[in-house]
Amino acid sequence: MPNSATAGGFLLILAIVLPVTGALLSLVLGGRHAERVALLVMPAGLVVAVAIASVVWRTHTVLEYSVGSWDPPLGVAFRADGLSVVMIVTAALLICGIGAFARAQFPTPRGQETRTSLVFWTLLLAVWGALNAVFIGGDLFKLYVALELLTFAAVPLVSLDGRAETLTAALRYLLFALFGSILYLLGAVLFYGAHGTLDIVLLSHRIHAGPVAWAAISLMTAGLLAKAALYPFHLWLPPAHAGAPAPASAILSGLVVKAPFFLVVRLWFDVMPRVPERAAAQMLGTLGAAAILFGSVVALRQARLKLLIAYSTVAQIGYLFLMFPLAVEPETGHQWNTAAWTGGVLQAISHAFAKAAMFMAAGLIAEALGHDRIAGLAGIGRALPITVFAFGLGGLSLMGLPPSGGFVAKAMLLTAAVAEGQWWWAVVVLTGGVLAGGYVFLVLARALADASEPLTLLSPISPSRQAVVVALALCAVLLGFIPLRPSELLQIGRPDIAIGGPR
Amino acid sequence: MGEATLYGLCGAALVGLGLFGLIVHPQPLRKILAFNLIGGGVFLLFGAIARRGAAAGFGGDPVPQALVITGIVVAFSATALAVALLLRLFQETGQATLHLDG
Amino acid sequence: MTDRPLALDIGLAFLVLGVAVWTIAARDTFAAVVGFVAFGLLLTLVWARLAAPDVAPTEAAIGSGVTGGLLLGASTRLHGTQTPAPGEKPGAILRLAAAALCTVVSAGLAAIVLLLPEPAPTLAPQAATNISATGLGNPVTAVLMAYRAIDTLLETVVLLLALVGVWSLAPDRVWGGFPGPRHHADPDGLLPFMAQLLVPVGLLVGIYIFWVGSVAPGGEFQGATILAAMWVLAMMAGLVDAPAVSRRWLRLLLVAGPAVFFAIGLAGFAMAGAFLAYPEAYAKLLIVTIEVPVTLSIATMLALLVAGPPERALR
Repeated sequence: MPNSATAGGFLLILAIVLPVTGALLSLVLGGRHAERVALLVMPAGLVVAVAIASVVWRTHTVLEYSVGSWDPPLGVAFRADGLSVVMIVTAALLICGIGAFARAQFPTPRGQETRTSLVFWTLLLAVWGALNAVFIGGDLFKLYVALELLTFAAVPLVSLDGRAETLTAALRYLLFALFGSILYLLGAVLFYGAHGTLDIVLLSHRIHAGPVAWAAISLMTAGLLAKAALYPFHLWLPPAHAGAPAPASAILSGLVVKAPFFLVVRLWFDVMPRVPERAAAQMLGTLGAAAILFGSVVALRQARLKLLIAYSTVAQIGYLFLMFPLAVEPETGHQWNTAAWTGGVLQAISHAFAKAAMFMAAGLIAEALGHDRIAGLAGIGRALPITVFAFGLGGLSLMGLPPSGGFVAKAMLLTAAVAEGQWWWAVVVLTGGVLAGGYVFLVLARALADASEPLTLLSPISPSRQAVVVALALCAVLLGFIPLRPSELLQIGRPDIAIGGPR
Repeated sequence: MGEATLYGLCGAALVGLGLFGLIVHPQPLRKILAFNLIGGGVFLLFGAIARRGAAAGFGGDPVPQALVITGIVVAFSATALAVALLLRLFQETGQATLHLDG
Repeated sequence: MTDRPLALDIGLAFLVLGVAVWTIAARDTFAAVVGFVAFGLLLTLVWARLAAPDVAPTEAAIGSGVTGGLLLGASTRLHGTQTPAPGEKPGAILRLAAAALCTVVSAGLAAIVLLLPEPAPTLAPQAATNISATGLGNPVTAVLMAYRAIDTLLETVVLLLALVGVWSLAPDRVWGGFPGPRHHADPDGLLPFMAQLLVPVGLLVGIYIFWVGSVAPGGEFQGATILAAMWVLAMMAGLVDAPAVSRRWLRLLLVAGPAVFFAIGLAGFAMAGAFLAYPEAYAKLLIVTIEVPVTLSIATMLALLVAGPPERALR
């Protein structure tokens, strides 16, 4: 059978093969070499990600690839559209930053291999491979396998330090994730039973509104919401993300929790684009609003820094789901759809950078002080100014203040909400911004306060690690210089929501 | 294709049963059991769909059957990881509960 | 093809549901796990009735056998912690609400099952027309190793990651050591005697089932499970000790399957123009070349997942 775009397809394959074979190699070579393998794979993977992005941007079409030359429905297809490409590049940048940061925490041991160094680097690479598999997957069952891959790579990172709290958090995370997976699989089974294919594009052609389609999409969405920790399924997230080591928290909050959101977007916009779903979209938006308000309020009451940041993740995930009621309104004109679409995606990636920077900053602070109690942060602003500065930069994005990606994202969501007459979402966005300001300033005020006695750091924090943290935070800020209008890159592959009219 | 529908309904009932067990049992090991029950129900549904797709000389559609095999293996690895976490938690705390203050 | 289900099927379905209810309702966890093993064995019969001769042994071996063994071991070790504290048990109202919710879910799914389109959409014809290009005789193997080989490839990685996750739970001081407690072979015991008889036979059966899977029901997963079960039996009878997780040969054995799969997949670019594509003349040879190390790796992964994280340090 004929194959499409082999050269570009090779890049898509590499995006998964490189990290996964890296993980296999580090397992075989053992903990003494795992870090080196990871440091070799990271720049290579970044090059592949950028290459994929440039191919998609140059050709302005979706990059498709049928594995084994078997075309769907019998075979499995990979597809990279504008959205995929943006997420792949974000993942590559984030992993490289986390890798550079984590070298000091999980160094290559001199003698025997250690558990933590082997497990961390192997699982980090596996998480990367799984994320890429999710972002380019075009088949619902392959996406199920990719989701399980992601879960099994992420859960042991939570319990890496072996304490009872993190073990409990990891077990709870695993149970929620399994619950989500089984619902997702059930929905996919129903889709196959009704339409005889699991390929996303083919399904979108064959699907029609009806009880089977509704049941399948509801089940899959519910499962993915549990994995994305959207309110009310958020209980597992704060202890898990707070209990993991800082570089792991960075990738967990940054991207692992965004992958299920990505799939909800795929389902709603790619599989069911023509089925009217306004009520369901409003419900998703309501849950998102609840997440924003609940997460932010609880974050304000936290005593520990990492838990505050984790509850902030719960809140910021809510913004992502505001995209649905704002972007699925075919009647009110395409331009506001695209604004909401761009805003939602931008929120996802700027939050990824900002949150990663904040978790890593919190990790450095905890290493320096030996604890992460907010009340005891006084004086750290003088001791680690760069780190606290990075934390503040990340906070800008969470609050939605310029210049930051978060500001652009929230501004686009606001304008879409107002233009479509759904002003209540605008109220939620603004309230969320105010609350985020509350908890960010809470931390900064404590950190910048003078200590009653001079602060002695438990261990010196290398400037290079602080530089990595700032670099990631700056990425979130740089995203703020994107022009305040729908992005052309993200439009690649969007047939219904096109700038200036349908394709 | 009577038996396919029958076993499909059986699968539907198993999903509900397993879900009940998942909600109602506080012990993690019982929850893991319930997950396996739900999984069995989902696979059974898929198998019924496969049987309905019998054609071209095959007794059933081979694609869903192959996917069920994959699913069974993945479900086992999930159970193994969950059980290992639970046993380790028991080793650390002497209890096997999900409550954070336990 | 019958239009109405046989009495046998109706009876089997009720039996399955009955055992499932027992598994949920049993007070004692050990009893519930035993019920689950019985459930798995009954499901095996159901798969046979659903004309799925490849799924049936997989369900028996993995779904019921290995999973059941794992859960039985766990429930024995957790004995005494499984009675819930009074504060933890959900009250009557919650149980009623849960029962109502689950009845609605089941009823909804049942309605969907009855609403599925007739004639049923199926990929069987496409699988049949393309099978000659793969050189295989078993369509399920064709799906697993050719049409959707990427799923199988990623699934081996999923299994391996689960093992890494299980290993990661070991305390630092025993890292790199031996999984599980040491089983000593009692020279007069029944278990070592039976193991010495069964294991060689089981290994042959496992290899046969794997080999025959290219043309008849069978294949790598079923064969691998039998091999794994024999290894676990040998470990529990004390005939062999579980290998230390830091051993290089063990790591190579685990990685060999996915590595060969990836390698042949990448070679597909040169040979047939796409990842995981097989040139028609060599398709069956390549598939078997992949299957041999994959079977060995999966057998190792399954056996080690049952064995658990390291518990005894390297001396």
